Amino acid sequence: MAIFVDGSTRLVVQGITGRDGSFHTRQMIEYGTAVVAGVTPGKGGQAFEGPDGESVPVFNTMDTAVRETGANTSVVYVPPAFAADAILEAADSGVELVVAITEGIPVLDMARAHAFARDRGVRVLGPNCPGIISPGTAKVGIIPAQIVTPGPVGVISRSGTLTYEAVIQLTHAGIGQTTCVGIGGDPLIGTNFVDCLAAFGEDPDTEAIVMIGEIGGTDEQEAAAFVKASVDVPVVGFIAGQTAPPGRRMGHAGAIISGSAGTAEEKMKAFEENGIAVAQRPADIVGLIQSALGG
Amino acid sequence: MNLHEYQAKALFGAAGIPVPPGEVAKTGAEAETIARGYGGTVVVKAQVHSGGRGKAGGVKLASSPDEARAHAEAILGMEIRGLTVEKVLVTPAEDIDTEAYVGVLVDRKTQAPTFMVSAEGGVDIEEVAATNPEAIRRLTVDPRYGLLPHQAYWLANSLYDDPKLAKQAAKIIRQLYDAFTGNGASMAEINPLISTPGGEVKAIDAKVTLDDNQLFRVPALEDLRDLSAEPAAETKAREAGLSFVKLDGDVGCCVNGAGLAMATMDLVKYYGGEPANFLDIGGSSNPEKVVAALEIITADPNVKVILFNIFGGITRGDDVARGIVEATRRIDIKPPIVIRLTGTNEKEALESLAEAGFSATNSMDEVVESAVKLAAEL
Repeated sequence: MAIFVDGSTRLVVQGITGRDGSFHTRQMIEYGTAVVAGVTPGKGGQAFEGPDGESVPVFNTMDTAVRETGANTSVVYVPPAFAADAILEAADSGVELVVAITEGIPVLDMARAHAFARDRGVRVLGPNCPGIISPGTAKVGIIPAQIVTPGPVGVISRSGTLTYEAVIQLTHAGIGQTTCVGIGGDPLIGTNFVDCLAAFGEDPDTEAIVMIGEIGGTDEQEAAAFVKASVDVPVVGFIAGQTAPPGRRMGHAGAIISGSAGTAEEKMKAFEENGIAVAQRPADIVGLIQSALGG
Repeated sequence: MNLHEYQAKALFGAAGIPVPPGEVAKTGAEAETIARGYGGTVVVKAQVHSGGRGKAGGVKLASSPDEARAHAEAILGMEIRGLTVEKVLVTPAEDIDTEAYVGVLVDRKTQAPTFMVSAEGGVDIEEVAATNPEAIRRLTVDPRYGLLPHQAYWLANSLYDDPKLAKQAAKIIRQLYDAFTGNGASMAEINPLISTPGGEVKAIDAKVTLDDNQLFRVPALEDLRDLSAEPAAETKAREAGLSFVKLDGDVGCCVNGAGLAMATMDLVKYYGGEPANFLDIGGSSNPEKVVAALEIITADPNVKVILFNIFGGITRGDDVARGIVEATRRIDIKPPIVIRLTGTNEKEALESLAEAGFSATNSMDEVVESAVKLAAEL
C-alpha cells in the first residue's frame, strides 16, 4: 500500500514537450509509472516517445486529455508565469491529484489556485516540490528512483535534496518506504504535513513516519499536535535551519524566520513535546527509525 | 524584495491613497533645501529596510531648515539594526488627531490575502496582537473576488466612529488592496494611518514587500531594488541565479537544494564549526553557476575551507564536477576544497574530479567533519 499515488495512478504530464517535462517523463515511464497522456498547447496530435519506444499521446488541453485517456493524476512542469493556470486547468479537468513541480510561481497566483482547487475537492501537491514516489509502483515528479526501495516507512518533507539524503540513508540501512512525499518549500502549499500524516495513518502498511521540516511558518507545530492526537505509528522528525539567521529567506520562499516565529528551536520543541523523536542530524534518522520499528 | 518608505508611498500615491509630499536627501544640505521648500516643520526619516526606526533615533522633527540639516547629518550613516542609513525622507509634519493601523499580507494559514486593521496605530502591530488582540479586526479576502466594498467598509468602521472618516478609510483600504495586488506584493502596510483635526485621513508611513516571483509582471519595479541595502556578494549571487546569504563563520558551503544547504550549515555547527554562508546552487546543473559560486565564496576573507555537498537529482554531479575543475583553472582558489558528491552521474563526476586531483566522498557527515577539522587547523 501507499498514499496518493500507486498502481492505479494514470498520469498526464502538463508541459510534456518542455526540457524538464520531457526528461522527467522518460524517467517516470522507465520506473513503470502509467503515463497515459501529455498536454502542451499547440502540440496536440503529436506523440511523445518514451525510453523504450512507448508512445504517449499529446493533447492541447487537459479536458481532452482526461476524457480520452481516463487520467486521474497530473504533474505540472509548466514555467512559473503559466503554472498557476495549468493547475487551475487540471483542477477543472476531473483529475483527483495535481502535483506541481514548478518553482517560482507568484504567491497571489497560488492563493487563487488553492482556493479554486479546494472548492473542487482536488488535491494539490506543491508547488515547488520534488513530487511523490511510491516505491515499486509509481513515481510522479523528480525524486531519483534509485534511492528508494519498498518498505514500511512513510517519508514527508518540505525539501528536495534533503529528502533524498534521508531516504538514501534509510535505503542503505535496508529500511524501505511506502511513499515519499515532497510537500514543497513555498509559503502556500496544497498538501501539508497534517494531510500526509492523516493519509499515512490510514495506510495499514506504513509502520513509522519520517517528517522533515524546516524554518518558517507553523506547519510543523500543527503537525506535531496532530501526531499526538491522531497518529498511532511512531514518528521521527528533523528540522533544517537551526543555524539560519532570522529575517533572511533561506532559498525556499517559505523558509524564513519572521520575528520570533518559525524557528527550528520552536519546531523541535513542539516535536519533543508531542512524542516525536527528534533527529539532531540527518544521519540520526536511521537509528531512531530502527528503534521505532522495534529493530 | 523590501521597499523603502518613500518607494512604498509612491506606489500608494499612484493607487490614489492620500500621502503627504516628500523628497529624498542623501546629504544634510539636500535636506535643508527640501525643508526650506516646504516651509514650516518637517520630519526627517531614515530610509532603511528595518522597523523600529523611531526608537533608534532615525525619525526626527525639525522646526527649521537648519535643524533639518542637523538631523539629516546625524541620521545619515547611522546604523539601525545593522543597516547603514544612506538616505532620509524629508516630509512636512502633519497635525495628528488619531493614529490607526492598516495592513494586508498573504497569510500562510488561510492561504489568502488577509487584512489586519486596528484603531491602535503608530505602534508595533505584533505587540498589539500579543497584548490586546481584541483591538485588531481581521478579514480574509477571497482572492478570486478581491476585496469587496462592504468588506472594506466593515474594516474601516472598526477604525472610526465618525462616518466621514470611515468612508475615507474604506476607500483607502480598497486602494491599498489594489496597490497590493497590482504590484504583486506579499505585504503592504500603512502605520500609522492618521486622521487630522481637519477631518482628513492619510497615510504617513508605508511599508511594502514585493513577491520576487512576481517581479517579471511589472519589470519597472525591479528598478526600485536598493543595491546599497544588500551586500555585493548577494547581488552577484542573485544575478547568477544562486541563493546566497552571508554568515560569520569560516566554512564556505556550496550545496544544491535549500533544505540540504540549511542541513549542511547545521551539521557544520554540530561538528563544532561555523558556516560562512548559505549557498544553494539550485536545480540546474550549469557549470558556470558553480564557477560563480566559488568566486562568491572565495571573495569572503573569513573562508578557510570550501565544502561542497552535492546530491544529484535534477542537478547532474558531472556538471558540478566540471564547474569545480573549471573554476580552479580560472581563478586562484587558496582555501582547500572538500567534496561530497553522490546521486545522478556520480561515477563520471568522481572520475573528472580525480583527474583534476580532487578526492570526494559520498558521506555528508564525513565531509562536514573533515571540513570543520581543516578549518580549525588552518
